[in-house]
Amino acid sequence: MEHKASVLENLADVRAMIKRHKRNDTLFAAIGLLCLMLGLVTLMLLFWQLIADGYPKFSLDFLTEFPSRRAGRAGLLSAWVGSVLVMAVTFLTAVPVGVAAGLYLEEYAPKNWFTDLIEINVANLAGVPSIIYGLLALGLFVYMLDFGQSILTAGLTLGLLILPIVIVSTREAIRAIPVSIREAAYGVGATKWQVVYDHVFKYSYGGILTGIIIGMARALGETAPIITIGALTFIAFLPPSPITTEPPFLNFEWLSSGFTVMPIQMFNWLSRPDHAFHVNAAATGALIIVVTLLMNGAAIWLRYKIRKNIKW
Amino acid sequence: MANVTTAIKAEARDLNFFYSNGARALKGISMPLYENKITALIGPSGCGKSTFLRCFNRMHDLYPGNKYQGEIVMHPDNTNVLDAGVDPIEVRMRISMVFQKPNPFPKSIYENVAYGLRVRGENNKRIMDDKVEEALKGAALWNEVKDRLHDLAFNLSGGQQQRLCIARALATDPEIMLFDEPTSALDPIATANIEELMVELRSKLTILVVTHNMQQAARVSDYTAYMYLGELIEYDDTDKIFTNPGRKETEDYITGKFG
Repeated sequence: MEHKASVLENLADVRAMIKRHKRNDTLFAAIGLLCLMLGLVTLMLLFWQLIADGYPKFSLDFLTEFPSRRAGRAGLLSAWVGSVLVMAVTFLTAVPVGVAAGLYLEEYAPKNWFTDLIEINVANLAGVPSIIYGLLALGLFVYMLDFGQSILTAGLTLGLLILPIVIVSTREAIRAIPVSIREAAYGVGATKWQVVYDHVFKYSYGGILTGIIIGMARALGETAPIITIGALTFIAFLPPSPITTEPPFLNFEWLSSGFTVMPIQMFNWLSRPDHAFHVNAAATGALIIVVTLLMNGAAIWLRYKIRKNIKW
Repeated sequence: MANVTTAIKAEARDLNFFYSNGARALKGISMPLYENKITALIGPSGCGKSTFLRCFNRMHDLYPGNKYQGEIVMHPDNTNVLDAGVDPIEVRMRISMVFQKPNPFPKSIYENVAYGLRVRGENNKRIMDDKVEEALKGAALWNEVKDRLHDLAFNLSGGQQQRLCIARALATDPEIMLFDEPTSALDPIATANIEELMVELRSKLTILVVTHNMQQAARVSDYTAYMYLGELIEYDDTDKIFTNPGRKETEDYITGKFG
């Protein structure tokens, strides 16, 4: 009898202890939720304010008009076209170079002090303030290589800026592939390139694509390096069209054209005393955020879509 | 001892192996693999049996700093597969491998089996279809998958996936097939299927299997080698090893006094 009583008492103690310990679970969940909300709500409020402020300018005209001295008529045409062209150059330089560099570092490079050094430097580059890239580009592209204050210079600068992001995400995507899959491929007699092309690249391109899109979204919003290399702030013409009606149908003059991009246009409008221009700035900001969110959403969707058939 | 009428397919001669950290994982191993026979490697964890198996298809070459010493000679051509002048890819085309955990590619069943052929540059669809069918039949999987060859391999059960991996290793007509604890991730029924399959495959090729399961070695193999701490303690007919081992250490391991 006495034995039984002590067991019951013990059980009561154990239950009290479990209850006590579980209190910490609840506490942490509450704190975590609070922190999450703090960030999210602040962001939502900012976004909402941009939309509310810029609302009067939400129309197609805003996208088809050049900037103007009169706020009511000013539009984003030169800025969004500039952004698209700069992004194109950024994409065409950062993606092949970054993906190839990531593949090489992960699959081909010997592991020694030199590749360690490269690895540390790539990781550090991802954290370098963007204005430093702007200064580098001003010296290298604008003055030394004489590319001018052009779309080419801006695209290359942003390409450099997101190169570490592309390299790091490529390497991470590759590293997620289990050793057993590589060994299986080598085991049937595949060469290194066959393993890389048939397996490593095919199973990791979802992750690589995600990194590229996130890098591009970052480049889209960058202002500092573009200002440093000397983008124009008031521009009422479009660069020459890349596609022409006469052979060879392609024209590369646009690369050396002056330009502006959306964040710079926004910055310019925001710095004017006339409040009417602030509405334009808010509308531009809202547009940049929407495009960025769409790009990030596309990245998540693509990753889900591509990873769906891969389980490890 | 070994039946003198069977030919030797491959033999290790005074094989030493060093990992990149300098650890000597194999110590002077000499041992034959008889043609169309199953040889089992047994021993406690860490004794070097998987390390030894992975020497045969130069798997250690994938990781820098590993070093082989000694020879593994294949017959009848007397090629030392460990020779630096022999391309590991050539070795892997002759000696295929089935791994511990089923590791199909995230591709279709068909593409998994066909991959070894694609690597060899085979593009003819007729030949490919025939080879895939033959390999899947050889791996006793054909009847279960013939109507869904283009389904994803991940949709198969664990045992089916392992048979798919056997089919993939079989499709390229290897001379030797290595099995690295092929049933350790499988349930008893799937294990029995794989064991039965290994015995059937013996007529086509030479098998070397690492197993932590002594009953499995006793059930399927013709010859058994007991390894301990990187050394080959005893090698003999499986019947002899399990009924009348020559060494005290072997007996202790087999009877469960050790390991």
